[in-house]
Amino acid sequence: MNANPFATVKEDVDLSPEVADEVKNTTCYMCACRCGIRVHLKNGKVRYIEGNPDHPVNQGVLCGKGSAGIMQQYSPAKLKKPLLRVGERGSGEFKEIEWDEALELATKWLGDVRARDPGKLAFFTGRDQSQSFTGWWATQYGAHNFAAHGGFCSVNMAAGGLYTLGGAFWEFGEPDWDLTKYFMLFGVAEDHDSNPIKIGLGKMKTRGEAKFVAVNPSRNGYNAIADEWVGVRPGTDGLFVFAIIHELLRAEKIDFASLARYSNAPWLVIDEPGKPDHGLFLRDAKGNPLVWDLTRKKAINAMGPDADAAPAFAGARTVKKRNVVPSFQHLATRYLSDEFSPDAVADTIGVPADTIRRIAAEIAHVAFEEEVVIEQPWTDAWGRKHDKMIGRPVSFHAMRGISAHSNGFHTCRALHILQALLGSVDVPGGWRYKAPFPKPIPPGVRPAGPVANPGEPLAGPPLGFIKSPNDLLVDEAGAPLRIDKAYSWEHPLSLHGMMHMVLHNAANADPYKVDVLFMYMANMAWNSSMNVPGTLDYFTAKDDDGDYKIPKIIYSDAFWSETVPYCDLILPDTTYLERWDCISMLDRPISSAHGAGDSIRQPILKPEGDVRPFQDVLIDLGHRLGLPGMIREDGSATYPGGYVDYMANHERGAGSGIGPLAGWRGKDGTEHGRGAPNPDQIGRYIENGCFWTQNLADEQLYFKPFNRSYLDHAKAMGWIGHADPIVFQLYNEDLQKFRLAAQGHGDKQPPEEHRERIETYFDPLPIWYMPFEEAEVDREQYPLHALSQRPMHMYHSWGSQNAWLRQITSANKLHMHVDTAASFGIDDDDWVWIESRHGRVKGQVKLITGVNPQTVWTWNAIGKRKGAWNLSEDAPEANKGFLLNHIISEVLAPGKNGQRYSNSDPVTGQAAWFDLRVNVTKCAAHEAGFTEPMFEALPREPHAAPNPPVSRYGADLKGTPTGKKADAKAWVGNRHENATNIAGLADGKGNHTKGDAS
Amino acid sequence: MTSLPQNPSKVKLGLVIDLDICVGCHACAVNCKEWNTSGKMAPLTDMDPYGAKPDGVWFNRVHTYEAVDEAAGTSRTVHFPRSCLHCDDAPCVTVCPTGASYKREEDGIVLINTDICIGCKLCSWACPYGAREYDEDEGVMKKCTLCVDKIYNENLPPESRVPACVSTCPTGARSFGDLGDPNSDVSKLVAARDGYALMPEQGTRPVNRYLPPRPKKVGDEMAPRLLDHHDDSADGAGLLARWVDKVLSA
Amino acid sequence: MHPAKSVIYFTTASGAGYGLMVWLAVMGAFGFIPADRTFGIVGFGLAFFLIISGLLSSTGHLGRPERAWRALSQWRSSWLSREGVAAILTFGPTGIYALSWVVQGQNGGPVGMIGLAGGGMSLITVYFTSMIYASLKAIPAWSNRWTSLGYLSMALMSGALIMLALQAGFGLGHMAVMIKASVALLALAGVLKLAYWRALQSDPARSTAESATGLGQFGNVHMIESPHGEDNYLLKEMGYKIARKHANKLRRIALVTGFILPMAMVAAIMVLGLPYVVVLSFLALISAGVGLVVERWLFFAEAKHVVTLYYGNRNV
Ligand SMILES: Nc1nc2c(c(=O)[nH]1)N[C@H]1C(S)=C(S)[C@@H](COP(=O)(O)OP(=O)(O)OC[C@H]3O[C@@H](n4cnc5c(=O)[nH]c(N)nc54)[C@H](O)[C@@H]3O)O[C@H]1N2
Ligand SMILES: Nc1nc2c(c(=O)[nH]1)N[C@H]1C(S)=C(S)[C@@H](COP(=O)(O)OP(=O)(O)OC[C@H]3O[C@@H](n4cnc5c(=O)[nH]c(N)nc54)[C@H](O)[C@@H]3O)O[C@H]1N2
Ligand code: SF4
Ligand code: SF4
Ligand code: SF4
Ligand code: SF4
Ligand code: SF4
Ligand SMILES: [Mo]
Repeated sequence: MNANPFATVKEDVDLSPEVADEVKNTTCYMCACRCGIRVHLKNGKVRYIEGNPDHPVNQGVLCGKGSAGIMQQYSPAKLKKPLLRVGERGSGEFKEIEWDEALELATKWLGDVRARDPGKLAFFTGRDQSQSFTGWWATQYGAHNFAAHGGFCSVNMAAGGLYTLGGAFWEFGEPDWDLTKYFMLFGVAEDHDSNPIKIGLGKMKTRGEAKFVAVNPSRNGYNAIADEWVGVRPGTDGLFVFAIIHELLRAEKIDFASLARYSNAPWLVIDEPGKPDHGLFLRDAKGNPLVWDLTRKKAINAMGPDADAAPAFAGARTVKKRNVVPSFQHLATRYLSDEFSPDAVADTIGVPADTIRRIAAEIAHVAFEEEVVIEQPWTDAWGRKHDKMIGRPVSFHAMRGISAHSNGFHTCRALHILQALLGSVDVPGGWRYKAPFPKPIPPGVRPAGPVANPGEPLAGPPLGFIKSPNDLLVDEAGAPLRIDKAYSWEHPLSLHGMMHMVLHNAANADPYKVDVLFMYMANMAWNSSMNVPGTLDYFTAKDDDGDYKIPKIIYSDAFWSETVPYCDLILPDTTYLERWDCISMLDRPISSAHGAGDSIRQPILKPEGDVRPFQDVLIDLGHRLGLPGMIREDGSATYPGGYVDYMANHERGAGSGIGPLAGWRGKDGTEHGRGAPNPDQIGRYIENGCFWTQNLADEQLYFKPFNRSYLDHAKAMGWIGHADPIVFQLYNEDLQKFRLAAQGHGDKQPPEEHRERIETYFDPLPIWYMPFEEAEVDREQYPLHALSQRPMHMYHSWGSQNAWLRQITSANKLHMHVDTAASFGIDDDDWVWIESRHGRVKGQVKLITGVNPQTVWTWNAIGKRKGAWNLSEDAPEANKGFLLNHIISEVLAPGKNGQRYSNSDPVTGQAAWFDLRVNVTKCAAHEAGFTEPMFEALPREPHAAPNPPVSRYGADLKGTPTGKKADAKAWVGNRHENATNIAGLADGKGNHTKGDAS
Repeated sequence: MTSLPQNPSKVKLGLVIDLDICVGCHACAVNCKEWNTSGKMAPLTDMDPYGAKPDGVWFNRVHTYEAVDEAAGTSRTVHFPRSCLHCDDAPCVTVCPTGASYKREEDGIVLINTDICIGCKLCSWACPYGAREYDEDEGVMKKCTLCVDKIYNENLPPESRVPACVSTCPTGARSFGDLGDPNSDVSKLVAARDGYALMPEQGTRPVNRYLPPRPKKVGDEMAPRLLDHHDDSADGAGLLARWVDKVLSA
Repeated sequence: MHPAKSVIYFTTASGAGYGLMVWLAVMGAFGFIPADRTFGIVGFGLAFFLIISGLLSSTGHLGRPERAWRALSQWRSSWLSREGVAAILTFGPTGIYALSWVVQGQNGGPVGMIGLAGGGMSLITVYFTSMIYASLKAIPAWSNRWTSLGYLSMALMSGALIMLALQAGFGLGHMAVMIKASVALLALAGVLKLAYWRALQSDPARSTAESATGLGQFGNVHMIESPHGEDNYLLKEMGYKIARKHANKLRRIALVTGFILPMAMVAAIMVLGLPYVVVLSFLALISAGVGLVVERWLFFAEAKHVVTLYYGNRNV
């Protein structure tokens, strides 16, 4: 201490403190984006988490959530020990039990069911990143009632894409950020590819050559930086896309050459209404589809090498005595129709017709006048050599703004069809697949039904793709065989199951009761359910004997979420920094358009409490239950080392050489994709930063569905079963098969009550219809659309326990257009009732201009139940934050015969979150200031320590000086892109990669 | 020596923030907090972290604005990160009675010596930009250090020696470098993009620069004209008829 | 700005203390009052009490009061530091003067000169205090010439009222001088305050949401999403908002109780004569005290900081 009060103290700043004792690589799981991270550890605690610059997903960047990982690790809401319910469900009264007891109990419950009827287990795994593993476990158990979260998430996107292009938006494809010149983003706030999208947008905009058009009722986030914001009315994108297609057709701005080669546009469709094969493709004896060759004037094999020379795209003809038309004729007839002209749809969409026409013209101009050419020869699937790669640089990306509507499947297909018409699929500057996509349309796996005998495994995986009514999981009478009614006549293409209906169905014994509900990582008592008040009743409903209608609920969570108190046996999971995980090619890998990749998580911290990784627990349970594949003949465990043992040693099919991880396979680790298990594989992953990637060869980078070299490579890697070209299915025959069934053809026909619905919604070409809720309600009584969006810094419900993230957003408001508010007599910050046909919820408004005037929106999942997450009872999340989920009904209005369908897409079962219609009214003065409904407060987690009044995290992690000095490194965001625009700027190839010029 | 540096070096380290591509993701804010909570001014204390009024120390905060031109009937949404601008005429330094607040001679970084800060808060009153953050628990002022303990840190690999907010920004909206050198890459970027200072009228001469959002491309620069319809028959019947015998794939 | 009690007390009390010091010096040095020991003990005691308790109270505003001594080092640039140094230095002459008066019974001649020097330094200290606020460009309501004029005039005015009340209580010295001085200073301070309020109303905004963000080229700037859900330090400290209506009412209260009423009471002494001087001067003092606290509260509460432009304010 300097004693002279008049002297200036000069600080000697420690410029080079020791940052860490140790830096470990792993994979982030603050969301499902799967970024690579470097965790700096000091004194056994996390000092700093940064993005791994070498990682293909995030290239060194880290989002807000990822950066807040420290606070997740030290969250007071962490579960610490297995819990067994002692009070009523929902009371939150538990006793702590030992793992042995917990596992014995689970084994008994699960074992009893398996011995009696494994179909009475419902195993649903929420935000699972290990679905290939949990699905395999379900298969071995014999549980056909298995699914993860996709049904309430974005199955419309997956299905729409997989049934049209053999790949999908979601995180399974990406725009060619480096070359695209026109990028349209439909209904995206954040997405699973959050860092890649941000990196891509930043580079694309900095490059400055592309136009970025955002189609979204809201202008936040990504949409704010778009060159043009198209503020459509929710649920109308299909019409918007049709109008663009209408314009392109009228102007003949269609890539016919590409359609002829790579799509089924010229395939001949039988046109004999009333016949059982009406609307199906005419095929030759070998089952090949046919096209009409205009020069040869005969029908030829559509898959043959010369089918694209001169196929007819229009005209009724008779071939093999059948009346046929090219499928394109159907397509063109439909979208050329005046009902889809810009003028006809403008009012419904809420976008001026001139804007639609201009955008169509811009798209056409960029696609057809501004081709990009890469001097790279390649060979197509028919062996024809092309000396360069020519691309139409228009690209699209879409997510839940499209998919979370009950018309989303068709809208998504419409977008893909637009891509195909432009010839911009997997071309330079277009939208590109990520391995293992593209896949055959649809992929070949069919969902397995119930097992014949208890104790047997399923015949195949419980989830798969439906090609015709024959693949449905329904009984003789056409009733659903699955608890969630997936793959039934109600939602035939529900590829991801329908987790959002499980509690409703099980509590109502519709279609039947289950004995045990086993869930993992899904906050079903709160933000992932529609109709939260009703769902809480389903959890607690009792039958006449006073027993719970859902007798037993086992749940694995890592935190004191809203759902934990509603379950019976809690298996506490670790955090993502404490366990092994596997982000597998069999699942949702880390591939990019440049190449395949997968990754792992490694435990870098010791679990704090008496918690166990859920995957390890599943392996353990599998062994205890004696499930095939998890127990050896001598009764010992197949994977005694737990999940990491499985990761390295499991093979999909004995001797297939395909396992959870694709890198460094084979005894010596030299094989990739396929190869014998490698005992050293995990070590190689860790050495490499916990991920594996393999870039495609230059000739494989584009035209993947019909690129010979790529297809052969994909087959060798095990991504596809055969190397035949993948032909875009614009007109979808599989859908037509359902329609035929509804019209009375074939042996599997829908029960009477579903006929009309199947006939309507299984149109082989995209249609548009008003979203169900909008069509059902009185639109004057409920004049507004209500949406939720993801805040970029929060992950669903699990962000709010995070001391840092919750400071950014602790309560959500309802965003409303200023003009709309004025006409409703509402002022900024007013408290309002948001009322739907199902109920009402109270919140505070925020007035803005960047929103479609007929739409209100709020941040998703910020509102919390009092007491949950161990937040204090006066936390703003619980008192001011609100959930729209409370007022979204999980079922539609009763139909003619009382039938109540799920509030979901009729084709895929995708939950229609964004169909919600509301009225907004100012609440009474005494009602202002707090949200409603307000559920009873949950108690704190048993034995939770009191919340600290102050957090001084990091005070003890400050470095000790080393006294060294270095030069500061200059850093220019998007240096490479900037360098192309700004004279004199050094081209550092971007700052985000290792070893660039400093 | 009180005041601002008497013999400042020409080096002026600072940030350049591109408002044209910032998507408002808060990554910079959280990563900053994460680095700095064990950094030079550790900790970045959080009060009532799980309670009713959580409020902690952050060196970087991201706002969202709408700029509304009522006359033209246009508006745009802009995300706007705000942190210390390391002003050349930093009023936060000159008001400080203790010398705790100072501007480094060698690179212009404005820092606080929290060991001698008395927590009089005057610097926070003097800063027009709200860049000073009071740690109620410790009773001292804190602020953005420009990651002085990261950018020069020899214990880190070279690619990590940049401010946390900069290396983490997913869109690449943030740049870091010597704005005192007109030939530096950041200065060129600022020149090319008309980078500007905030509230120049406050006379603080900030070092940091913001790059303005670019004009929107909503005119006809993408397409010279609207599409010609090749046929105006009802429901496109004429077109379909034309296509019947035409080889379109050539 | 958040009107912190400690700072309101500090500025009003130490201002009054220094003002009293000035009048003790002037009255003593020019022979308007004898060096009465009891009067000296009470007068200087009060002055020092006000000054010291004010200064101590200001350290109550500090996060680390135990380090307060460090505030002396930056007198070359910091007005706060200068104020601290000046306050300490002022104790020299004022202390000597007080001792001479109380111990030696002297307050004129060379001692008077020391007293005047102490008075001068007291004013300088008050001026430095005012400059702490007046130098803050980010708070336009303070960074103008009215701030120093106001602090000085109100220090002298409140000091005068105390002096008068003391004299009345002790029945000592030339009261007419203090009566006239008080009336004049009350008028002056009141007028300056009015002028200050007018200036506040009419001075054009220095900064706007548009200049704060640089986004003016796109239109009027509104914040639609705050970086944090709950109030942070900035908002608690600088985001204090007071309703126009409320402020106007308080201004009237300050004006009436702080200036008009005391002026009327002191003027009444002139009319009614000395028998009423004790009652009236004490009432005037109490009224002014209330008024000055309200005035000082408003000085803080009404001042807008430019940082609020980032949080939805349109101009400051
Ligand atoms: N209104 C409205 N509702 C929606 C949506 C919407 O847009 N609007 N979106 C829907 C969509 S797409 C989705 S995907 C769902 C998401 O909703 P959920 O699937 O419920 O997702 P989360 O809230 O993230 O939390 C899942 C649970 O996982 C737990 N958890 C976190 N980490 C771990 C871990 O490491 N191990 C284990 N075992 N558990 C962990 C959390 O504590 C939490 O209880 O919400 C849906 N709900
Ligand atoms: N930070 C963060 N990232 C996440 C998540 C998270 O919780 N937080 N969740 C992850 C999950 S599970 C998912 S499924 C993805 C979802 O990623 P997104 O699809 O980006 O998710 P949403 O937030 O539902 O955004 C939907 C967007 O669609 C818009 N929209 C709504 N209706 C329509 C419409 O009819 N037409 C159009 N064009 N737009 C419409 C909304 O305004 C909103 O901007 O994000 C993943 N990534
Ligand atoms: S996007 Fe963010 S939270 Fe998600 S994995 Fe990447 S860094 Fe983690
Ligand atoms: S990290 Fe980058 S994009 Fe995100 S808010 Fe900060 S500056 Fe903007
Ligand atoms: S921004 Fe504020 S804190 Fe930073 S140097 Fe400028 S005045 Fe000081
Ligand atoms: S709060 Fe600390 S740094 Fe700020 S002016 Fe006071 S002593 Fe200086
Ligand atoms: S430079 Fe460092 S301290 Fe400053 S805002 Fe960025 S990350 Fe925070
Ligand atoms: Mo999702």
